[in-house]
Amino acid sequence: MLAHLINGISLGSIYAIIALGYTMVYGIAKMLNFAHGDVIMVGGYVSFCSMMYLGLPAPVAILAAVFVCTVLGIVVERLAYKPLRAATSLAVLITAIGMSYFLQNAALLIWGANPKAFPNMFKNIEAIEFAGARVSPVAIVSIVANLIIMIALTLFTTRTKVGKAMRAVSEDKGAATLMGINVNFTISLTFAIGSGLAAIAGVLLCTAYPTLMPTTGSMPGIKAFTAAVFGGIGSIPGAMIGGILLGIIEILARAYISSELADAIVFGVLIVVLIFRPTGLLGKQVHEKV
Amino acid sequence: MNTVLKCENLHVYYGSIHAIKGVSFEVGEGEIVTLIGANGAGKSTTLNTVGGLLRPREGMIEFEGKSILGVAPHKVVSEGMALCPEGRRVFAQLSVKENLEMGAYTRPASEIPETLEKVYEHFPRLKERENQMAGTLSGGEQQMLAMGRALMSKPRLMMLDEPSMGLAPILVDQIFEIIQALNKAGTTILLVEQNAQMALSIADRAYVLETGRIVNTGTGKDLLNDDSVRKAYLGG
Ligand SMILES: Nc1ncnc2c1ncn2[C@@H]1O[C@H](COP(=O)(O)OP(=O)(O)OP(=O)(O)O)[C@@H](O)[C@H]1O
Ligand SMILES: [Mg+2]
Repeated sequence: MLAHLINGISLGSIYAIIALGYTMVYGIAKMLNFAHGDVIMVGGYVSFCSMMYLGLPAPVAILAAVFVCTVLGIVVERLAYKPLRAATSLAVLITAIGMSYFLQNAALLIWGANPKAFPNMFKNIEAIEFAGARVSPVAIVSIVANLIIMIALTLFTTRTKVGKAMRAVSEDKGAATLMGINVNFTISLTFAIGSGLAAIAGVLLCTAYPTLMPTTGSMPGIKAFTAAVFGGIGSIPGAMIGGILLGIIEILARAYISSELADAIVFGVLIVVLIFRPTGLLGKQVHEKV
Repeated sequence: MNTVLKCENLHVYYGSIHAIKGVSFEVGEGEIVTLIGANGAGKSTTLNTVGGLLRPREGMIEFEGKSILGVAPHKVVSEGMALCPEGRRVFAQLSVKENLEMGAYTRPASEIPETLEKVYEHFPRLKERENQMAGTLSGGEQQMLAMGRALMSKPRLMMLDEPSMGLAPILVDQIFEIIQALNKAGTTILLVEQNAQMALSIADRAYVLETGRIVNTGTGKDLLNDDSVRKAYLGG
């Protein structure tokens, strides 16, 4: 039981890191970036190639993945989403879905359809015994990474000038512009942060589940999106709680109910939560004064 | 008198809607100038265009002798003008203090505490509520915050879009007193108001806007006594 719980928290931590990207981008650009999941996959391939073909050590490979994905996030926003800033949300959504397939097909062209076996970055580290349960190193790294990222992002958005400006832009772009805030830069920065985090999530995910394919990012992407909605889209702590709960539910359902039904149960829980709390667990219920 | 703001032959469109049709006006240093007009006349559109939120399709805007049409929208405030937009538009999820800090976004951090104190002198209520979320302030407090936020950039020209909207009469008086005090302290004011009576009585000069065109202009006093203005905007 304890082992399942820890595995759940660890998988949930990865979902949470991905969900942050969804939630931050939604908060700022009011769009669902469905290509976000595929950035995870790109991060996986970049770190895979860095280690297997270039022989780089794991930490450098992670940095390379973060760098490439950050740039990718900025470029995708610039080329695909920025021209649609004034378009209807449906047009943006369709573009995001198109971008998702584009990235998957590009990966198919570059890396082929054959699954790659992702190397174990932590093979020198023994699994730890914790209260009678075996906990793999990647599980601990995921949980710790998630905690550090959460704290760093919370400090960033509440304590720094640029972080506060990000919150201002997410509320009212016009008013933010009047303050002298560069809205385009802020949006780029948000995509950059979200995509950099997706790269980290990609490496963790591929280490925990070491099969890498062009479609590797889709399912975790959709689940992390679910986690973001579950926690309350737009909310940073919501992404964390949503992600972790989702991970726990998924692992417990797989262990005790049925591995085939696990995903259905995950989405079932989401539906129930949304019936009772349409804005998600920590979603903002804004009362606007007139 | 030096001209602070000069707009000439402005044409502004929303898609195919021609909202501003050749508007020209000037604001001199130290003046209070008001734009009055019925709903939909184009007052907000004019202010938003000067503030950089909208681009005119034609025409010219000069601030202190320099064209600001080539200036990026987010850099207009650094030129020395601030717009306190219609409907307040405070950042509801940011605290009062954070809202004010955003107002000083383009200024060096070392100068912020001093300006903050000045704004709190004008609006003591904001200091009491420094850490409260702006969204939970009352309407009047939000208006004060919106004005204080605009002041944080230390503008030489302050544009106010309907600062008295939705406020109780006593608060309206207070807001107008503050506008006059700001003006006495050296800030040039461009004021848009539904409350034409109040606006004209504190304005040095005024322009009357009607469906995107300026149809009348004069000193505040002249227009207060002008028959057509009285009929249209002052209720007889
Ligand atoms: N975003 C928009 N899209 C299309 N048309 C607009 C938009 N904003 C304003 N308009 C139109 O432009 C014209 C001028 O509007 P504006 O908001 O400038 O009026 P106003 O004088 O400020 O009115 P009010 O006193 O009601 O605030 C109106 O006819 C309005 O319908
Ligand atoms: Mg208006």
